[in-house]
Amino acid sequence: MPREEMEVAPPLEYLSILDEEGDLDQELEPDLDEEELVQMYRTMLRARRFDKLLLEWQRGGRIGTFAPVSGQEASQIGAMSAARDEDWFVPSFREIAAFLWRGGDPVDMTLYNAGWNEGVAIPEDARDFPISIPVASQLPLATGLAYAIRLRGEDDVAMTFFGDGATSEGDFHEALNFAGTFQLPVVFVCQNNQWAISVPRERQTASETLAQKGLAYGIPGIQVDGNDILAVRVAADEAVKRARAGDGPTLVECVTYRLKVHTTADDPSRYRDEEEVERWKERDPIPRFRRYLEKKGILDEGEADEMTDSVEEELGGVWEEAEERIETLGGPDVMFQHVYADLPPHLERQRKWFGTDEEENDNG
Amino acid sequence: MPQITYREALNQALAEEMERDETVFLMGEEVAEYDGAYKVSKGLLERFGSDRVVDSPISELGFAGLGVGAAMTGLRPVIEFMTFNFSILALDQVINSAAKLHYMSAGQFSVPMVFRGPTGAALQLSAQHSQACETWYVHSPGIKLVTPGTPADAKGLLKAAIRDDDPVAVMEGELLYNVKGEVPDPEEGDFIIPLGVADVKREGDHVSIITHGKMVHVALQAAGQLAKEGVDAEVVDLRSLRPLDVEAILRSVHKTNRAVYLEEGWPYVGIGAQIVALIQEEAFDYLDAPVLRVTQADIPMPYAKNLEKLAKPDAKRVVAACKRVLYQD
Repeated sequence: MPREEMEVAPPLEYLSILDEEGDLDQELEPDLDEEELVQMYRTMLRARRFDKLLLEWQRGGRIGTFAPVSGQEASQIGAMSAARDEDWFVPSFREIAAFLWRGGDPVDMTLYNAGWNEGVAIPEDARDFPISIPVASQLPLATGLAYAIRLRGEDDVAMTFFGDGATSEGDFHEALNFAGTFQLPVVFVCQNNQWAISVPRERQTASETLAQKGLAYGIPGIQVDGNDILAVRVAADEAVKRARAGDGPTLVECVTYRLKVHTTADDPSRYRDEEEVERWKERDPIPRFRRYLEKKGILDEGEADEMTDSVEEELGGVWEEAEERIETLGGPDVMFQHVYADLPPHLERQRKWFGTDEEENDNG
Repeated sequence: MPQITYREALNQALAEEMERDETVFLMGEEVAEYDGAYKVSKGLLERFGSDRVVDSPISELGFAGLGVGAAMTGLRPVIEFMTFNFSILALDQVINSAAKLHYMSAGQFSVPMVFRGPTGAALQLSAQHSQACETWYVHSPGIKLVTPGTPADAKGLLKAAIRDDDPVAVMEGELLYNVKGEVPDPEEGDFIIPLGVADVKREGDHVSIITHGKMVHVALQAAGQLAKEGVDAEVVDLRSLRPLDVEAILRSVHKTNRAVYLEEGWPYVGIGAQIVALIQEEAFDYLDAPVLRVTQADIPMPYAKNLEKLAKPDAKRVVAACKRVLYQD
């Protein structure tokens, strides 16, 4: 009758490749081509710049509430870049950087944040899900689309993003349980950005890591330095490869930090110290990756600065373009579209009522 | 016409649609090996395999959401809730995902899926498992809801629901599964009942008993009793609560000038409240009496057999309500 230790899961790994100084562990360095590395860096810059613009537009009353991405660019682009175009991107509400990596148009996202669902319209062949706002609700969706992939006998992968707070939701547990039980091709990318609005990571769960939560569902978990784009990429590459091979899901915990507000309806100075923010700024993923690229001789200082300027210039006209499109939208016609696949008679009547050309009101 | 049970009718509908369209799959608790808690999926596992007839973990929110995700990629999932009472846990995925994502993706993603299972009380299942869940579903734009009361309606509506491009809830009745009725022979072609079309189950001139789901049988029973007293009641089965067959309701009220709404659920903001509002807005001048409602008592369902019976709507109360609108009480 023994009482002994059981080996129920593989030990959990932590991965970091590139430190804050831009020094790296060469043995762990992934073999990525220079063009892709530059593209990753440029997308990080675009995300950071676009975030700043969105915040200005929100403060100026031009767009509605949104959730800034600053600080989490490495987690999002490191993970998303491991997927191919045919794979599915299932975002929550903060995935601005991943959206840009997928080829998303900043004008579209501006439209969306100004309140127009047309902004989430994607090209016909794109495999990007619409933004999911209820926390963790996109995880079961990703599991379902992975189920569909398997049922169709395809080898695509679903990659879904969420935060540390989402791991406390039932959706997280039910989605991981399903994905584990059915060995579905999903990559769960948790961006542990330390804060769920005002609730710190420690108050979210007593687990030492979030990655270990996968183990209970028979899912490999790995914790990575989420501000190290190379580490995130390596972990995501492995996870995508595993999913594509039919060996099931992975939970990747990216340890990162939300440098700005939770959403524009939030004031973090009420619950966290500026010192903490400053400490994390030192670990900012963008300068870190820039140092790496410079040390590798992929970009020199001048080229890197030039890229920052060109990104600013590129995004300079986004608002004007969005505004032009907004002027073509609006009114009751748009409001009543897409409630159902076809406009039912009672909504046709309401459409007229909310318009200007009819006096009939009928809610039936 | 062959006589089959409500259960067999649903089974036929599932089998025919799964045969016709390989994107249709069934998922839920106990639906595969066990043939479903109420044996609706009998034989389907053997016929269509375990990828398309899928036993899920006990995880209503999980498989409701899984269905939405699969539907967004073009599959047509049929998600079985062992009872809609269990689906309360899944309502975030039903209301915030299934009913909203077509709208919030500007029409780019459809959610062609079915949620199905029994609603309402059976016998002594106590308060948490005896609830009529229609109002929770029908309240939200973006979703459709049908409530078949007979085997033929069960088959025709489920087939239409599976083919529909919007999410459709098909609420069945636990006490209906063994009820027999005529259903057209599958050999004679596809039998589909379009969503949003009511059915007059009994014609009459004196009073309209409007109802849905398994209460159709209570309404018919009441109409039978009224007939013995010289009252000719019309029974209008809405069959579909969203979209609603407004014309059918008004047509009947125009004819009888008196109406009673019968439903299994609670009165407070119930389905009847919507129908009464509609009738007074659209047919006020036709009414010879206020429209009354017959519902369950406004209490959690008692567990004790005698109290449960007392709390549920029955033919006797329907008869009394009809007499009242006829000023015969």
